[in-house]
Amino acid sequence: MAGPVSQRAAVRRKQAIFRWVTVSLVLAFFMLPLIGMLDFTTKVRRGGRTMATWKTLMNVSEISTKYPALKEGFIASIGLSVITVVIMLALLVPTMTWVRLRLPGMSRLVEFICLLPLTVPAIVLVVGLAPVYSWVFYLFGESTLWLGLAYVVLVLPYAYRALDAGLRAIDVKTLSEAARSLGASWFRVMWRIVLPNLRTAVLSASFLSVALVLGEFTIANLFSRRNLQVAMYQLGKSDAKISVAVGLLSLVFAFVVLFAMSFVGAQRSGSRRRRRPLAAAVAPAPAGTGSVKEPS
Amino acid sequence: MAKSPRSGTRALGGIKPSGALAGVVPFFAYTTVFLLIPTLVVIIAAFVSDGHLTLGNVRALGNAGFLTALKQSIILSALTAIIGAVVGGILAYAVSTARPDGILKRFITSLCGVLAQFGGVALAFAFIASFGAQGMISAWMKKAGVGPSSTLWLYQWDKGVLLVYLYFQIPLMLIVFLPAVEGLRPQWREATETLGGTTWTYWRRVAMPILFPSFVGATLLLFTNAFSAYATAAALVSQAQPLVPLQIAGTFTSETVLGQANVGKAMALAMVVVVAIVMTIYAWLDKRSSKWLVR
Amino acid sequence: MSVASPNAERGVAVELTELRRSYGPVNALDSMTLHLAPGEFVALLGPSGCGKTTALRCLAGLEDPDAGTITIGGRDVTALPTNKRDLGMVFQAYSLFPHMTARQNVEFGLEMRGQDKSTRARRAGDMLDLVGLSSQADRYAHQMSGGQQQRVALARALAISPQVLLLDEPLSALDAKVRTQLRDEIRRIQLEIGTTTLFVTHDQEEALAVADRVGVMRAGRLEQLAPPQELYARPATAFVAEFVGLTNRLAGRASGGRAEVLGVSLPLLAGSGDGNVEVLVRPEGIEATPDPNGNATVLSAAFLGAHGRVTARTDGGEQVEVQVASAALPSFEPGQRVRVTPRGDAALAVAR
Repeated sequence: MAGPVSQRAAVRRKQAIFRWVTVSLVLAFFMLPLIGMLDFTTKVRRGGRTMATWKTLMNVSEISTKYPALKEGFIASIGLSVITVVIMLALLVPTMTWVRLRLPGMSRLVEFICLLPLTVPAIVLVVGLAPVYSWVFYLFGESTLWLGLAYVVLVLPYAYRALDAGLRAIDVKTLSEAARSLGASWFRVMWRIVLPNLRTAVLSASFLSVALVLGEFTIANLFSRRNLQVAMYQLGKSDAKISVAVGLLSLVFAFVVLFAMSFVGAQRSGSRRRRRPLAAAVAPAPAGTGSVKEPS
Repeated sequence: MAKSPRSGTRALGGIKPSGALAGVVPFFAYTTVFLLIPTLVVIIAAFVSDGHLTLGNVRALGNAGFLTALKQSIILSALTAIIGAVVGGILAYAVSTARPDGILKRFITSLCGVLAQFGGVALAFAFIASFGAQGMISAWMKKAGVGPSSTLWLYQWDKGVLLVYLYFQIPLMLIVFLPAVEGLRPQWREATETLGGTTWTYWRRVAMPILFPSFVGATLLLFTNAFSAYATAAALVSQAQPLVPLQIAGTFTSETVLGQANVGKAMALAMVVVVAIVMTIYAWLDKRSSKWLVR
Repeated sequence: MSVASPNAERGVAVELTELRRSYGPVNALDSMTLHLAPGEFVALLGPSGCGKTTALRCLAGLEDPDAGTITIGGRDVTALPTNKRDLGMVFQAYSLFPHMTARQNVEFGLEMRGQDKSTRARRAGDMLDLVGLSSQADRYAHQMSGGQQQRVALARALAISPQVLLLDEPLSALDAKVRTQLRDEIRRIQLEIGTTTLFVTHDQEEALAVADRVGVMRAGRLEQLAPPQELYARPATAFVAEFVGLTNRLAGRASGGRAEVLGVSLPLLAGSGDGNVEVLVRPEGIEATPDPNGNATVLSAAFLGAHGRVTARTDGGEQVEVQVASAALPSFEPGQRVRVTPRGDAALAVAR
């Protein structure tokens, strides 16, 4: 019986070996710079290790007095995240739901506009935004927080895809028809029916937006505004260790959140056909990099 | 559409068509101000100088500095896109053979999701901390007696920058391409086998042709991604301006020089044109394969 | 039909002997033996997880049995890879190559066999003709309905003139109407070509309608393998009786090969128990007549088209399903007294 038993098993074993070799090699490439960062932040000039940088980083009062620029940039980035997420949700959720319910003919146009920022490089956007922002700053004052208005555009494609995946998974039309037939107002339909069902998608869209805003450098730097990344960049010239530590910390934080969310998404989606909003959104492919249609 | 007398009683009725349109006004107003106008500004301003229509800005692009930067930007983007697509594609296949909801797959997709967006300052620092003069890996290499004697390569566009770009290109490829690989149905392989085909036949005749449009699409996406990247290069390369985004940023900071800002807009237009060409190729390819590919 | 039948004598015997396959603690196949005569059409029937698909996939070589042997036409193929087994297989759904047209799909297997272009084209044309899809030859999978796709898949499987045809729930993803239609067509084509065929399904009606013999599987074992009529009339076990068709379980006392049920003495099938038993009687094996002095009360009556079904509760407290003629249905009202009596067909009795 040895012959037949090993046939398929051999294929599987080969696959497993291939998988582990490939994953290990690529992971090594991914991990080396991160280990390099850790090494750099704990290194002492003449050999040996110190946790001084990390202790400083964990000490909120010390870091805010020693590195006021970092504090300023961090607070600005948090503020920008909040503003961006709020505007993004207020803009996208009602519009996308509305288009699905009442203006299906417009869905292509909305999709096109939402995905457009993928093809317009941020640096080009900066060039074009300069006159817009000279007005914004003139009218509303020179606050870094106004950058959030432009960040909404940057996060548009990712947020759109996350929300779109969420809307796809529920039948908004039937749900709202049911709610309307039971006497709900449009506001109630939005608040009690659509939003609760979009919870995961809204969460994904928000998370992606926050991640993008926290990592944004181009626009802030070229408009000479100080957000977290710009502060890190400036600090990198004088005190590189703390700057590298902040970079590593934010990366690890983002990974932990994303990893945790991959489980949340899986729990909520019972069927395998349902696309996870987050996975759909972090794949910023220009419309349809090609899944094959399933006949219904 | 004529308003029927019963429209008010339909579950989704009660709002006139004009009212329905009002629902999308905020969205279009916002994207007009912050997306469409800036794009138009770039396109128009590239042909304007001191309030006059001119080709001067575009002509100014003809200088050797810009052309070199454009060439280097394209080469860098193409190289990182192709290498990233191949490595990321292999990784995506490897991951797709793992258990569908297993830890390995979750781990890799989450990690890649973060790394794909991990461009910029922190990434540049990570490589400086590893491969720079005092970097960990530089120290290892020195000890082992291999590698280049200086660490200047790290700051050159065709060596260090290329390596650093791969650090976000490979994860991006995995994220973009994995759904396509997972879309390969086991029935196709099994059908190939029952019809007398080998594993090689399956790859050559079935899997590769099916994946090809997605692969090319993903590669083009990687190209535009690298082509648009600014932060990473800015944080890594501080002396020269070997890439187009750096040159555009340069015109920003030296706005005192008259007319430079508009040259910057012309450069931005050039970027838009390159991206548009790539997108056109993509659309053409997409159309060719859309006979059987449906989304 | 346009296809001459060079394959009419093509059928070969297929033998699965003592097959075992386990996934961890689950025995998908528990020493299963199944022999198919040349040209025979056998359906494997059972609930999901009973091992029927595993059996088919082992025969296809898409899965390795832990133990046991498989022969096709007398040749041991247990160790042979799938692509050397000379099989045609139709999958549940989505098995057409999406980047090829219907014709290219059908030609694929011929190409693997190194046949030249014109032979391939002719054969593919014949096959698409056979399944009635000549007009759709240049369509891609997504341009066809589910039923058309499955027809192409069938043509593709048959184009290579396989020794054995394997059908893995090919109809389960289709609408009821298309399903019946394609089911009958599969049978017609199989009779015409004469290829030994193994058909896996969880739909008993489907299995009974097309197969020469039906095998009912449960927990990795073959419970009974018999022609459809025999399976229905003479189920070997309670599981078979209940899985194939609707069955009443009525209390009775058995002795000497007969059992008394609702006052009627019924002959018992082989394998029946003795003493206090439950006798398995089909709804059409019972008669109901309105009778004020009857032995049961009507609970409900349902019109099912060709016939009707009356549900009644006997004075003994048992619930009975009875099949009646549609025309007689109006005479059964809920609450009405009726007399229910078994017609006297042989039945299976199991220990209570």
